[in-house]
Amino acid sequence: MLEIINLEKQFGGIKAVDNVNLAVEQNEIHAIIGPNGAGKTTLISQVAGELRPDGGQIRFRNEDVTFLRPAQRARRGLARSFQITSVMLPMTLLENVCMAVQGRMGHSFRFWQPTSRDTVLMESAMQALRTVGLEDRAENIAGEVSHGEHRQLEIAMALAMEPLLLLLDEPTAGMGPEESAELVSILQQIKGEKSILLIEHDMDAVFSLADTISVLVYGQIIASGTKDEIRANSEVQLAYLGETA
Amino acid sequence: MKDYLPSTLSGIAYTGVIILLAVMPVITSALGQGFYLDIFSRIMILSIAALSLNLLIGYGGMISLGHAAFLGIGAYCVGIPVYYEIYNGWIHLGLAIVASGIFALVTGAISLRTKGVYFIMITLAFAQMVYFTFVSLEEYGGDDGLVIVLRSEFGNWLDLESAVVLYYVIFFVLLLTLFFINKLVKARFGRVIVGSKYNERRMQSLGFDTYRYRLVCYVISGILCGIAGVFLGNFTSFISPEMMGWTRSGELIFMVVFGGTGTLFGPIMGAGIFILLEEWLSAITIYWQLIFGAILIAVVLFGRGGIHGLLTRSKRR
Ligand SMILES: Nc1ncnc2c1ncn2[C@@H]1O[C@H](COP(=O)(O)OP(=O)(O)OP(=O)(O)O)[C@@H](O)[C@H]1O
Ligand SMILES: [Mg+2]
Repeated sequence: MLEIINLEKQFGGIKAVDNVNLAVEQNEIHAIIGPNGAGKTTLISQVAGELRPDGGQIRFRNEDVTFLRPAQRARRGLARSFQITSVMLPMTLLENVCMAVQGRMGHSFRFWQPTSRDTVLMESAMQALRTVGLEDRAENIAGEVSHGEHRQLEIAMALAMEPLLLLLDEPTAGMGPEESAELVSILQQIKGEKSILLIEHDMDAVFSLADTISVLVYGQIIASGTKDEIRANSEVQLAYLGETA
Repeated sequence: MKDYLPSTLSGIAYTGVIILLAVMPVITSALGQGFYLDIFSRIMILSIAALSLNLLIGYGGMISLGHAAFLGIGAYCVGIPVYYEIYNGWIHLGLAIVASGIFALVTGAISLRTKGVYFIMITLAFAQMVYFTFVSLEEYGGDDGLVIVLRSEFGNWLDLESAVVLYYVIFFVLLLTLFFINKLVKARFGRVIVGSKYNERRMQSLGFDTYRYRLVCYVISGILCGIAGVFLGNFTSFISPEMMGWTRSGELIFMVVFGGTGTLFGPIMGAGIFILLEEWLSAITIYWQLIFGAILIAVVLFGRGGIHGLLTRSKRR
């Protein structure tokens, strides 16, 4: 589904992504863990097309997408969520999700029919809100809901795109334990039906969701394997014990 | 979405304004104030221009400081054919649509590659280029402008030489523009334009090539303003490069901000109050622009959202 080959990204003196090779198989959840500043977000931004790689290649469904724009990649079935919530703040939650649905329904050069009377559009958007438990907040302005709800909205928008590959950048970041557990159960439901590249700090979430785990430290993949392999890997334990509390 | 639907108070005010505009010729003739018919014709023409600019500024977040160029292009699409004794109004209108559309497409394609203050500067630069082009066209009067001896002819049944007929034609075009923009901003296209104003990066990650949507929006806006220009040319019967100078573009921005950016009806209120104030204040004192500036500052500071903001604020806490 997704292949990352010898990917490089440098910021000034730092190699944020250093010769990374990685593959996400069809309907697999591939988690990336690693300490702060390891280059996880940089990696996802390159896959989504927001950052140009300094070297290497990104292949999606056997197509070289390394130089495609983010919008082009989105239309090919790549959706990302943002670690730092990035939505249209003055719009309602429903309108935000509508934008995501609109994005996948082909071009939006439609000048006449009001979106509010577009039942297919509205229903799909409501469905996505329902999935994350935000249906009661549909008419609230995105700028006025809680932080946790922002995070849920991020997920709803990514899901509403109905992507082939979902790129989730720390979806539980800033969520309380309850919301976090809820999100894990939502992802649990789509597990096996969707390919997901998941970045996550919450180890419980990672170990309950992932099929494959890769460990990124200082821009390099230091280990990659099944849960058990990763759990047993002494290098990973060292890196984790050394880098994070 | 709620922001764009008039709440009750503003809704009533706007309906009132439309009704007032509809019966204005009756009122002015009853009061023997034919002069005011002209004023309101001008208000409506500039309302159309301001509505089109609001599509860029208010809904799209694209602050253009060169919008008067389209007014000028539209007006010269009447003036130049008339100079060659081509009076057919449909030709004028067609020319204006094509010319302003092409100008918007070319300049928009370049300007929209930039953001923020650069976009402002580049739209200004393009407008100045048009301005100086017409200044240098000696054949069409250059600096001194061009007199339009006869107004556009749309057939025997529609005689624009009559001030009342011209008034109602403009009124009709204004209603059409209002209706069209209302449809546009609520349709998928408009939602993408508004979404891109709020968070362009996110819109791109949702699969929208925001540049293309903005370019189409820019062309639509330019054409609408070009059409307003056709009526401005007909109305003033005299056109000159001065009508597309950058201060004219600035005035259009005034009107949009005055009325309330990104609201459907705001630009009409803005244009109306702008021109009425200009009319009344300039009769009182030659320093009217000083008072005018102070009023604008007050509306922007305290009105927060212009006239529309004032009308809806009490409802919104
Ligand atoms: N736009 C940028 N310009 C310069 N340096 C950057 C930029 N973005 C990231 N970096 C640097 O690159 C490194 C990797 O950052 P990145 O955000 O990818 O880490 P991360 O693994 O996502 O961390 P976190 O767990 O905190 O989200 C960091 O040292 C960061 O300071
Ligand atoms: Mg990160």
